[in-house]
Amino acid sequence: MCEVEVEVKNADGLHMRPAMQFVDVASMFECDITVSNSENSVDGKSIMQMSMLAATCGTNLKIRAEGADAQQAVDTLRKLVEEKMFDEPPPKGKKKS
Amino acid sequence: MKFADFVCFEAIIPELSAADRDGAIAELVSALDKAGLLGNNNCQKIIKAVIERENEASTGMGKGVAVPHVKDEAAKDVVAVVGLSSRGIDFSSLDKQPVYSVILLISPADNPDRHLQAMETIFKHLQQDRFRKFLRQSQTAEQIKDLLREADENPSL
Repeated sequence: MCEVEVEVKNADGLHMRPAMQFVDVASMFECDITVSNSENSVDGKSIMQMSMLAATCGTNLKIRAEGADAQQAVDTLRKLVEEKMFDEPPPKGKKKS
Repeated sequence: MKFADFVCFEAIIPELSAADRDGAIAELVSALDKAGLLGNNNCQKIIKAVIERENEASTGMGKGVAVPHVKDEAAKDVVAVVGLSSRGIDFSSLDKQPVYSVILLISPADNPDRHLQAMETIFKHLQQDRFRKFLRQSQTAEQIKDLLREADENPSL
């Protein structure tokens, strides 16, 4: 079992497009992936469930993976959220174009 | 957030006359416009924007539901409308199945957090088999309104 805590850093948070990106990446792995905020734990491979997290910019999420490729999954998803930021801008200069 | 906080009950369409995706979107945005929620002369622009967004990636999440949405300055706060189609509409959904229940959402341009909170409410309930079934079976605006009100009171619906 692998677990990592990540912070949502793009200004618009985990809206549908990033959530779909997350689900697409998560689905490439065989392990089970669970994502939690302070209230809910959801299936990281379900777009409906991921949309329930309402993860705004600044929200901390726990990503937990269980299975053979768990470590790799957790590393890849952490990079997607914190480093790539879903290819979206951080808050700073306010809204994007 | 509760449905009652952002769904415009008077704009609900219990049976969409449009048979295709773009027509359904136009009908729903027009209903919000008629209810006076989109300011002046923004209706056509918003219809276009929702369709463009939908072309980028379908909001048909599977299980017969779609949640088309867009951000626009015309919306002062998140506003949504519900429309049903008993014959089903092709939304190019993830599961390739027709869509029977559409929740269309217009969010303000400068408040991403409100948008996410409304989406949370929508998907919390759309995920429940019972809620989806009741929604699809509703035949009047009144029934849809009652269902949304009930869901607001009962988080497990």
